[in-house]
Amino acid sequence: MKRGLILALAMVLVVCALPVFAQKVTLTIESWRNDDLSIWTDQIIPVFEKQNPDIHLVFNPTSPAEYNGVLNTKLQGGTAGELITARPFDASLLLFQAHNLADLTDLPGMKNFSSVAKSAWITDDGKSVFAVPMASVIHGFFYNKDIFNQLKLKVPVTKAEFMAVLQAIKKDGRYVPLAMGTADMWEAATMGFQNIGPNNWKGETGRTALIKGKEKFTDPAYIKTWTELASWAPFMPDGYQSVKYPDSQQLFTLGKAAIYPTGSWEIPQFEKDATFKLGIFKPPVEKAGDPVYISDHTDIAMGMNAAAKNPAAARKFLQWMTTPEFATLYSNALPGFFTLSNAKITLKDPLANEFLSWRGNSKVTIRNSYQILSRGTPNLENELWSVSAAVINGTLTPAAAGKQIQDGLDQWYKPSM
Amino acid sequence: MLDVTHAKRFPFYLIVFLGPAVAIYTLFMIYPLLDSLRLSFFTTTQDKREVFNGLGNFSTLFGNSNWAPRFWGALKNNLIFFCVHMVVQNPVGLLIAALLVGSVRGRVFYRTVLFMPTVLSVVIIGFIWQLILSPLWGVTPSILKAVGLGSLFQPWLGLSRSALVTVALISVWQFVGIPMILFYTSLIGIPDELLEASRVDGATKLQVFWRIKFPLLLPMVGIVAVLTFVGNFNAFDLIYTMKGALAGPDFSTDIMGTLFYRTFFGQQLQMGNPTMGATVATMMFLIIAVGVSLYTLWRSRVQTYQL
Repeated sequence: MKRGLILALAMVLVVCALPVFAQKVTLTIESWRNDDLSIWTDQIIPVFEKQNPDIHLVFNPTSPAEYNGVLNTKLQGGTAGELITARPFDASLLLFQAHNLADLTDLPGMKNFSSVAKSAWITDDGKSVFAVPMASVIHGFFYNKDIFNQLKLKVPVTKAEFMAVLQAIKKDGRYVPLAMGTADMWEAATMGFQNIGPNNWKGETGRTALIKGKEKFTDPAYIKTWTELASWAPFMPDGYQSVKYPDSQQLFTLGKAAIYPTGSWEIPQFEKDATFKLGIFKPPVEKAGDPVYISDHTDIAMGMNAAAKNPAAARKFLQWMTTPEFATLYSNALPGFFTLSNAKITLKDPLANEFLSWRGNSKVTIRNSYQILSRGTPNLENELWSVSAAVINGTLTPAAAGKQIQDGLDQWYKPSM
Repeated sequence: MLDVTHAKRFPFYLIVFLGPAVAIYTLFMIYPLLDSLRLSFFTTTQDKREVFNGLGNFSTLFGNSNWAPRFWGALKNNLIFFCVHMVVQNPVGLLIAALLVGSVRGRVFYRTVLFMPTVLSVVIIGFIWQLILSPLWGVTPSILKAVGLGSLFQPWLGLSRSALVTVALISVWQFVGIPMILFYTSLIGIPDELLEASRVDGATKLQVFWRIKFPLLLPMVGIVAVLTFVGNFNAFDLIYTMKGALAGPDFSTDIMGTLFYRTFFGQQLQMGNPTMGATVATMMFLIIAVGVSLYTLWRSRVQTYQL
């Protein structure tokens, strides 16, 4: 009886599986985005499979914290999927150097991406690209339109206007001008320093100059960024030193704070929680009419397993990922995560669309600590967290912050390019 | 004759009884410990090979301008963390135990309530206390304001001068139940005859405590101290939950456990460094070993009373 049942089950399995093996190639996607499981299986993969009936795709995510470890084990054991979601910069570069990721430089669709978009998945010499850039997040400021209307405030464009708006909200007294704290430290560095800084160091010009050693963190552009951050402190909530990231999020979505410096990834959550009208504005500039530099930070890409069993099918999928069709699908499914493709796409979410429109009228750059400069000891990114929080807390002067960062970098980094 | 052969035979049942525990302990405790001690003498080269480095890692840890301030800072913070526990947690535990031994109404209730935080998850403790002390939503600022002391409120967890002591006191709040219960069991183990005799001799309550009970408690005081020492120098979870692996602000809450975690596993863009991590772990092991040896030495010298 029992044996019969197992036999019957096995038969059913074989019968079901046969047609798949006979005609279809199955590709597995390794990813840490377990939040996106339904987006991939219900919205993205079906579109591709319809056009390519001979290829079957399986999205196989791991939890974000375990991803790097699990992926390495799978790659070493030869059980990793054909398509590998790639983290930006060194984590993926190491995989490429270990010959785990295939070279995709000659993929025809690569021309659809700018050099900034590719910068996170390229060798230091800029010769080999090893992943198709998927998405970035854009930094900026969210504001509460209702509070702005109530207090008759104009959306600030220049730094002077920004400070005037903060002053006006503080004077009114009903709302916290700036929802931000320094307890988690990364907000000070990521949503503060890397958000407003590009306007001072002229985006890519400054970022590449740092890597080439032509600029230093002790230069006026950087000191100025920290000075501006320090001037925010009086407008942050009382006791901001122990205010954490979720605290500031709630302070803003509850309508108790007027402005929130952050990035596009907040869109889905904020649209769900906020009961007021949301608006966004770009990092303020020196004088009206100055070019605006925004941080359009490369975050996620897709590479190919160098040991893939079906490289042709995998390349076909990767080629599809470079098309405007994929760009539109993906960016609409995940508002706040924007395709890195040059293709003109339209988004249904108005806030996301506004963020995206900035790309057309500002110059884009990425966080300056991510490429090459965070490889040594002391770690630049960690130092930036610590130092930026200390500057806002008033325990470190901007000049001392610049000196500490540059001294740390000088210890191990010798610019060679 | 029969007896002699019996005595000579190896007691094989001991292997059966001890075997599983020894095997598991060796596999999961002794081997990893020895291996991380070994790892602390190695370093990783550019092409990911481990090469012998002698005491190089240790001289880096003690002398290098990047590592030394972090290591000595963590050690100093850890000592402060330990002192707060010794000065607050253990005396308060003893005081509560002494009060509970007397005929307090609701003794079982207090005993349970005071022990409860010990069994709660650190994540919950961290979350609750951050909420209590939060300058935005916390009850502390509103209570202080209600009694007219609003100006005394500070975001203690976020200021570099007070963060460490605040976290230490939260840890004290959580773990005060352990010394309490240990002292309590010792106190109720003291024979009534001794206490009755002292009372007949005319001793006051304080005299009974300091002259009779405390000397009998002394071995337990030692045990509590050494447990606190080992626990504090292995501490990590509460600080990681509340302040993250960078143990801010300005590394003011950084202790050996967070330093080890950051070094070994990495943090954000910083890649993990297993050999330096093992070096930090070895130092933690040595510090704890020295502490426990000192305790053993003290234990063999001090005069204890057998009841």
